[in-house]
Amino acid sequence: MRALHVQNLTFTWPGAENATLRIPNLSLAQGERIFLFGPSGSGKSTLLSAIAGVVDVSPGAILVADKDVGAVNGGARDRFRVDHIGMIFQVFNLIPWLSALENVLLPCTFSKRRRARAGEDPGGTARHLLDELGLSDPSLVSKPASELSVGQQQRVAAARALIGKPDLILVDEPTSALDEAAKAAFVDLLARECAEAGSALLFVSHDRSLEHHFDRSVDFLALNGGAA
Amino acid sequence: MLGFSLRSLWNRRFVAGMTVLAISLSVALILGVERLRDGARDSFANSASGIDLIVAPRGNSVQILMATVFGVGGTETGMTWDSFEWLEDRPEVAWAVPIQMGDNHRGYPVIGTVASYFEHFRHSGGQPLSLAAGTFLSGEGADAAVVGAEVAARFDYAPGAVIVNAHGAGEVSFDLHDDAPFTISGVLAPTGTAVDRMVFVTLEGFGALHAQEDAPAADPLDPAAIPADDHDDHDDHDGHDAHEDHGAHEGTVAKHSHEPDRINAVYVGLIDRTNVLGLQRAVNERASDALSAVLPAVALAELWGIIGTAERAMRLMAWAVALAGMIGMVVMLSATLDTRRREFAILRSVGATPTRIFALIVTEAAVLTAAGLILGLVLLTVATFVTDPILSDRFGLRLGLNVFGTREMATLFVIFWAGLLASLIPAVRVYRMTLADGLSVRL
Ligand SMILES: Nc1ncnc2c1ncn2[C@@H]1O[C@H](COP(=O)(O)OP(=O)(O)OP(=O)(O)O)[C@@H](O)[C@H]1O
Ligand SMILES: [Mg+2]
Repeated sequence: MRALHVQNLTFTWPGAENATLRIPNLSLAQGERIFLFGPSGSGKSTLLSAIAGVVDVSPGAILVADKDVGAVNGGARDRFRVDHIGMIFQVFNLIPWLSALENVLLPCTFSKRRRARAGEDPGGTARHLLDELGLSDPSLVSKPASELSVGQQQRVAAARALIGKPDLILVDEPTSALDEAAKAAFVDLLARECAEAGSALLFVSHDRSLEHHFDRSVDFLALNGGAA
Repeated sequence: MLGFSLRSLWNRRFVAGMTVLAISLSVALILGVERLRDGARDSFANSASGIDLIVAPRGNSVQILMATVFGVGGTETGMTWDSFEWLEDRPEVAWAVPIQMGDNHRGYPVIGTVASYFEHFRHSGGQPLSLAAGTFLSGEGADAAVVGAEVAARFDYAPGAVIVNAHGAGEVSFDLHDDAPFTISGVLAPTGTAVDRMVFVTLEGFGALHAQEDAPAADPLDPAAIPADDHDDHDDHDGHDAHEDHGAHEGTVAKHSHEPDRINAVYVGLIDRTNVLGLQRAVNERASDALSAVLPAVALAELWGIIGTAERAMRLMAWAVALAGMIGMVVMLSATLDTRRREFAILRSVGATPTRIFALIVTEAAVLTAAGLILGLVLLTVATFVTDPILSDRFGLRLGLNVFGTREMATLFVIFWAGLLASLIPAVRVYRMTLADGLSVRL
């Protein structure tokens, strides 16, 4: 099984003249960690959206955990996403009025598979993950997410992506709001936790100083034949 | 889902609270207006209960009703005493009470009648008149007077006080009958009806006022000032010392101590109510006197139809407030949508379907509306509890504390569904938005 397999993917935003994505081939093995870099506007986020099933792609172009993303529709796609994919965005990852712990547990409330894979006690697993990511203070964990620092928020988001051991974790420039030291520490932690969970990691960034944490790095412009 | 909605609302508790308050006020207002209206209509419909027919000189039925029951305005020039006796002797008539009007006491209408008036008159849901102090007219002299609660309270009257009436029905009258004073024998308990504003005197007392101006009435000084005519159900009252058979049929008997020339109206009660139309026809066809027989219920309905416009306006206002509450909710839910876009994107990234987010908005609306309904009922109950004594004393309105009739339930039901329906507007917007936004969190 491959965590991700992309083949002959083309995608054009509605109303756009040229295809944003034209990717002949991209594969991630189980547990593999890839660093994807490229200039702004080249379509990296669009690729992540396509993999997550947020935009429509033709059947057969994207397989996540051997399942065809383009072949599932509507609500089933949302469920498929949470079952197999964890996501971390650049900013605003958390629901501000839920506590850090509740934010981490969100995938378990929407996905049976994630809940089942989070162990006997998902709450305990969530606390353990937060602990590993350096958020052990109980008062911090039960605080509303809006009261956390940006770095803390990103770590909570990482714990949420990791809980329930999804097959693939998609990360879109999670460190752009962090300083150098926090950046490196965050990526390091994330890579280690992915290895522990056995999740493949697709990490998008234009900051190539982070490259060495990954198994492989991919130049998006070289990958994407359709880039403008 | 519900827990999630509650948390989300709690996060916006100030605005949510205001929305709930707006909805609850509209609920309380709608139900309150309905209850007031029902109470008013009931007390109105009951303001002449117990009277089967009002007979008066020919005229407009609403005018006759207003003059007799509500003490506003007057009737046409008097009907003859012969007509009264003719009425009283009809076989279908159980009792007949003569009414004289046209004088006032410091602006309050003075009614000349007999003691059985107090026995037959019913108000506010069929209650008989009761005394706060003193006695009714029966057994008292010709100068006895019974005053309504408002009159007594306004002028601080108690039994034994001597009052002087004036000629004419107007508020201000210079033509005082100070040569014919009355002594108050009784003060009525509050009824919340026009009776509170009335002064009752005996027929001979009323006649004495007019002894100078009008032709004097016959034997004004007959001491047995007792009306009469009880047969079947009313033979238990005291002060009933003059019973004497005179009349073609058994039972109905009256020895009228004082027989005025002309009276203004007669309240009539029937033995069998089904005969009321027959009697009405007989009265209308009476050749010697031009009379109208008014069915109080019909005239009241007619009158209610006239003043019902105000009531409809009130209802309209209440529903307009409800509409404003609903719009407020839609505005609140819609206004927060833009700031909540991120929230929805996050929820979708962790597997929430657009349908689920749609349901979240509708659930929030349902919670707000339901909370508004409950708070509205609480407000209404408290308001009713506080105002009920005042309303029932002053206006004779009895709202009842815990009656949630089927119509009120239906009203609540309608408001609840209106709330859900209104929430579809923001919910559909969210649905479209989450589909378009996908997971990208943009501004
Ligand atoms: N929702 C959208 N609707 C239409 N066009 C879009 C949408 N999102 C992105 N695009 C277009 O697709 C192209 C690629 O955008 P994308 O966000 O994937 O770039 P990116 O590589 O992630 O850039 P950055 O590094 O700045 O985040 C851009 O030209 C952008 O205008
Ligand atoms: Mg991007």
